[in-house]
Amino acid sequence: MHPAFSVIFLTTLIGVGQGLFLALFTAQSYALFDLLPKQDGHAFYAHGSLIALLFLIGGLVASFFHLGRPERAWRSATQWRTSWLSREVIVLPAFMGTVFLYGIAHLFDFKPVVATLPGGIAIDLTVVIGAVGWVLAFALYVCTGMIYACLRFLREWHSSLTVINYILLGGASGFTLATVFAAAAAPDLVRFFAGWAAIITLLGLVSRAASLVRNARLKPKSTLQSAIGIKHPKIVQKAQGFMGSSFNTREFFHGKSVGFLRSIKWIFLLLAFVVPALLLATALTGVGALGLMLIAFVVQYLGLMAERWFFFAQANHPQNLYYQAIG
Amino acid sequence: MTQLALVIDLNVCVGCQACVTNCKEWNTSGDAGPMVDQNPYGKDPTGTFFNRVQTFEVGEFPNTETIHFPKSCLHCEDPPCVPVCPTGASYKRKEDGIVLVDYDKCIGCKYCSWACPYGVREFDESQKVMKKCTLCVDRIYDPNMTEEERRPACVRACPTSARLYGDIHDPESEVSHAIREAGGYQLMPEWGTSPANHYLPRRKTKLRLRHDEIERADNPLKIDGLLPKPSKSEPSLDDVTSW
Ligand code: SF4
Ligand code: SF4
Repeated sequence: MHPAFSVIFLTTLIGVGQGLFLALFTAQSYALFDLLPKQDGHAFYAHGSLIALLFLIGGLVASFFHLGRPERAWRSATQWRTSWLSREVIVLPAFMGTVFLYGIAHLFDFKPVVATLPGGIAIDLTVVIGAVGWVLAFALYVCTGMIYACLRFLREWHSSLTVINYILLGGASGFTLATVFAAAAAPDLVRFFAGWAAIITLLGLVSRAASLVRNARLKPKSTLQSAIGIKHPKIVQKAQGFMGSSFNTREFFHGKSVGFLRSIKWIFLLLAFVVPALLLATALTGVGALGLMLIAFVVQYLGLMAERWFFFAQANHPQNLYYQAIG
Repeated sequence: MTQLALVIDLNVCVGCQACVTNCKEWNTSGDAGPMVDQNPYGKDPTGTFFNRVQTFEVGEFPNTETIHFPKSCLHCEDPPCVPVCPTGASYKRKEDGIVLVDYDKCIGCKYCSWACPYGVREFDESQKVMKKCTLCVDRIYDPNMTEEERRPACVRACPTSARLYGDIHDPESEVSHAIREAGGYQLMPEWGTSPANHYLPRRKTKLRLRHDEIERADNPLKIDGLLPKPSKSEPSLDDVTSW
């Protein structure tokens, strides 16, 4: 497939936004059970939600560049019964709204107690909103992943690993951003976030590597023989029916060499996983400087962009069998 | 339930591109708006077509065969392109099984083209919506046309009658007969899309003549009676029997 930058930005940016929100709510849940020092809601959770929201808005804006007719985008919420894309279109704004409410509730310290747990732990409104956001964040990861995983012809994507990767890779970048944010706003949370970020990054490395191994072993199901229905072992295309290009030659081929693809693979493995994990480890040993964490996040984000580019480029569409030769 | 479809005879197609040209002509002139080409006389001409004729070479030189292979939307009976569409712009008609795109609803997200394994959907760069073969839905029901004209433009254009058109769910239709009797098959059956369009395979076309077909023993005019028996003067079977 031809990697479109609008989609690369969409999926990586909202992944960070979701991950950051999950990180914030995780910290709040830990604090609820006195496992972490309580943070001042006003400064920490509200500003954190704002940053998450900015990333989500960035992703939403990027997505519009992918559409031929963005003015009709509202129509895309109608087919949620069958289309994962439609489901994503519904869940994304719902999640953004929840993050907004979560931030607002913290900002104005609007925390009426909704319920009390047996141990005398008070569940306030922000916890309820946060829990809803938590569910929506995961739902959004699943929607994004399923948009690709549900296409059975694109066998590189048609796997549960695709969904797992979207969750882990988005989560990793979000927790890394949370580490940066904590280094600036709440130093006593740096180790907590850095630890989780490192763990999720390494889990992401494992599942992404697993999908690389899986894809390397795939044998194409469709062949030129099944494409045109002629059972001769040797068939070559002499003409694809036109001398220039067409949508089918532009949309489904990445146009780069095998060597280029391979180097992007090593680059993203290094930038998205290895380098940030090492930098995050410095925070665990006590350094955790803001600058260093910022570098970790930027490097990981660039790595994830490379990862997404590779994700699209690697998928080999069966329609390509029909577009092999100009003549 | 009706399922309209094309059946394309690969044994007959000569790759003349007449169907491509007539398809473009008809569909660029219709109510749905033009199918504008970009750079038509420049270095990289490109544009939207519903139908393409491709050419494949089968075998190894010198024992090769050239296959001309027309390809357009196959109007799958279980079309994977339809459920993925987030707007409902892509749909399959219940009454005749034609898969269509509503150009007024399409947002141009291109997701449906990813979900079609056959590469027959083409994005229109000037109208910014997805397009594909409509089976000339604006022809086949037009009451102002004669019965003969109410067929897809490609079918009408084909000089060798390589394109048959009809209802494949009607067992007595011309297309059903062709599929049954001439080995009609579907493309990429491995995906379970059940394309409505079928293809008829290449066949060996050999002229087999028995000797008595060239020269009849009971030839009444005796012109080609080159065999020694019966001789020209002797009565033949025709003269003595009445069958
Ligand atoms: S050929 Fe492609 S576009 Fe046509 S109905 Fe089948 S999947 Fe859809
Ligand atoms: S490009 Fe148009 S028809 Fe295709 S999936 Fe998107 S909205 Fe539906």
